[in-house]
Amino acid sequence: MSFLSGRTAVAGIGATEFSKRSGRSELRLAAEAVLAALDDAGLTPADVDGMVTYTQDTNQEIAVAREAGIGDLSFFSRVHYGGGAACGTVLHAAMAVATGVAETVVCYRAFNERSGRRFGQPDARIGGEPSSQGLEMSWHVPYGLMTPAAWVAMFARRYMHAYGVTSEDFGRVAVAMRRHAATNPAAWFHRRPITLREHQESKWIVEPLHLLDCCQESDGAVALVVTSAERARDLRRSPAVIRAAAQGSGAGQMMMTSYYRDDMTGLPEMGVVGGRLWEQAGLGPADVQTAILYDHFTPFVLTQLEELGFCGRGEARDYVADGGIEIDGRLPVNPHGGQLGEAYIHGMNGIAEAVRQIRGTSVNQVAGVHNVLVTAGTGVPTSGLILSAE
Amino acid sequence: MTVTTDSTLHERLMTLAERQIAAGEVFGAAAADPVNLPMIRHWTDAMGDANPVYTDPEAAAASAHGGIVAPPAMIQVWTMPGVNRKAGQTPTPVDDVLATLNEGGYTGVVATNCEQTYHRYIRPGERLVPATRFAGLAGPKRTALGEGYFVTWNVTWYSGDEAVAEMLFRVLKFRPRKKKDPAGEEGPQAGAGEGTPQAGAGERAPYPLRPAVNGDTAFFWEGVAQGELRIQRCGGCGELRHPPGPMCPSCRSTDRGYAVASGEGEVYSYVVHHNPPVPGRQTPFVVAVVQLPEGVRIVGNVVDCAPSEVGIGMRVRVTYRQMDDELTLPMWAPREA
Ligand SMILES: [Zn+2]
Repeated sequence: MSFLSGRTAVAGIGATEFSKRSGRSELRLAAEAVLAALDDAGLTPADVDGMVTYTQDTNQEIAVAREAGIGDLSFFSRVHYGGGAACGTVLHAAMAVATGVAETVVCYRAFNERSGRRFGQPDARIGGEPSSQGLEMSWHVPYGLMTPAAWVAMFARRYMHAYGVTSEDFGRVAVAMRRHAATNPAAWFHRRPITLREHQESKWIVEPLHLLDCCQESDGAVALVVTSAERARDLRRSPAVIRAAAQGSGAGQMMMTSYYRDDMTGLPEMGVVGGRLWEQAGLGPADVQTAILYDHFTPFVLTQLEELGFCGRGEARDYVADGGIEIDGRLPVNPHGGQLGEAYIHGMNGIAEAVRQIRGTSVNQVAGVHNVLVTAGTGVPTSGLILSAE
Repeated sequence: MTVTTDSTLHERLMTLAERQIAAGEVFGAAAADPVNLPMIRHWTDAMGDANPVYTDPEAAAASAHGGIVAPPAMIQVWTMPGVNRKAGQTPTPVDDVLATLNEGGYTGVVATNCEQTYHRYIRPGERLVPATRFAGLAGPKRTALGEGYFVTWNVTWYSGDEAVAEMLFRVLKFRPRKKKDPAGEEGPQAGAGEGTPQAGAGERAPYPLRPAVNGDTAFFWEGVAQGELRIQRCGGCGELRHPPGPMCPSCRSTDRGYAVASGEGEVYSYVVHHNPPVPGRQTPFVVAVVQLPEGVRIVGNVVDCAPSEVGIGMRVRVTYRQMDDELTLPMWAPREA
């Protein structure tokens, strides 16, 4: 059992509404979500002494602290690599709490990703600087390979070729996510399920990806409160114990474009995370009752099922076609509807759903949940969690 | 390929070049400082060269050199004029040629060759004097960058009467084109649907998707500008690597050269971009990961065929597209069976 396992817990979750136009600043969204999470935990801003967010978040910790009325901070940290940061924020918070550096840490992510800067739109500046990242991008951007959908599509094509996977196999993931979202009132696509035919007929974004293979663009914010498991027991909600938390990057890692590794059909960085999680928790794939798998694009949901050991290489298409990821399937995936169905809050909303599943309060509650696996952004250095009931 | 240009300017340049060649070796100002340990230490620090024979008197004394020697590749450093080089400082026979080219509109410059020969190691205390010999002017030539002249000169470094090192240096001075070339030979070759940029009414719009370039990657883009696909080759272990980087992951060597690829390849994976619109591009366009027979992969566009004709395993050959007055990109066209 690792030092970290079981010492800390998520004690509170909070979110704004998920929309296409929040009508307010990203800082205000962050402050609202942080206050909602503290209220959920039964804590006040005065209790907070640590804050963690993503390097991509535009709201500095000190600004959110000022707005929310948080006082002295003894810990603040930022996690890098886009959506790969999601579970990493909880890892950093858990390490701070477990080592006594802080007692109550708030993790948050807030953006107007639809009404403000849209990640899916090409930005000619991304390859322009001779930083290591700018140079890395410079092998791709000049050729117009510069959107997340395009970066993922390049992996998807090779994966299809290697295992005989089809666009319909990807489509089944989208259909399942939209089915889950249809019964989640917080989801943008509440009551709006899709059919496989609609998926197939949706316009091309970047072949082999259709529009409905791509997650939405959303405005909104989510925050989480991390404290010691012992303290969480005395707070308002039942704790979601952090049984395991890990970050991972693989050999030859790039940001979304690791095309130069021998094999292009896996996500080795997610393999690193999965290995650490199973080892820390002393659990295996058969021990989790539901999983939150990062679903910005459908193909990587299949890859993650394989990389995390839920099925063998090339077998995810059958796992999904057999209904494996449905609410009543072998491994219900993203009961809230994921980023394809609920909202794209860079993976933070998935962690909140994992906490609800542990508490038994999800609108699409899976029966008998004791352990939930959560993953963060795919194709980038990433992170993951296993949350457990007491 | 030779092209016609302003004949008066050309004649003036050629006359000047002949005169400079005839002038022979012209000595420049002696190095400001003799070869010295502090400068060697700064340079080896910056280059990451830990060889003790350059900086550690004891280790150097025990070596075959019997004492500290300067890194041979540092030769240019000793006599560099510095950033505040003023008029009136010793001119070189190259200056007038470059100035005339600038006046004639050949304002672009790219270094194409730098070959150094070291006759012996030099030691602290030696004060070097450079001498420059104008070696030649060739052009005008049509290049991927635009019409230009290749200017070549030699520098010899002397310690007393002894030549200790030599260098051949060649630059391409080119005329950045503002107007679309009426000959159209290097113009945008892609029609609608191929995704390369379209020039507007007689103007070639600057292509917006520019690579960042630094000292670790410049050799690649300079190669592309000359119609060469260069793959980094480790000077230590010979390993080929793309994308390139400053240190060999296999043997840690920072000594880098390059191999020129055969230009053949095979599509390893590819995408067809439809949405959203990409600046400087017409959709749909194809981007592929191309596997080279040299053992590395490279990303580029597949052109000269319909997107529907592209498939994994398709045999392709490199081709070059001039995107604007400054940027050329390597791309991939179907290879005939
Ligand atoms: Zn090497």
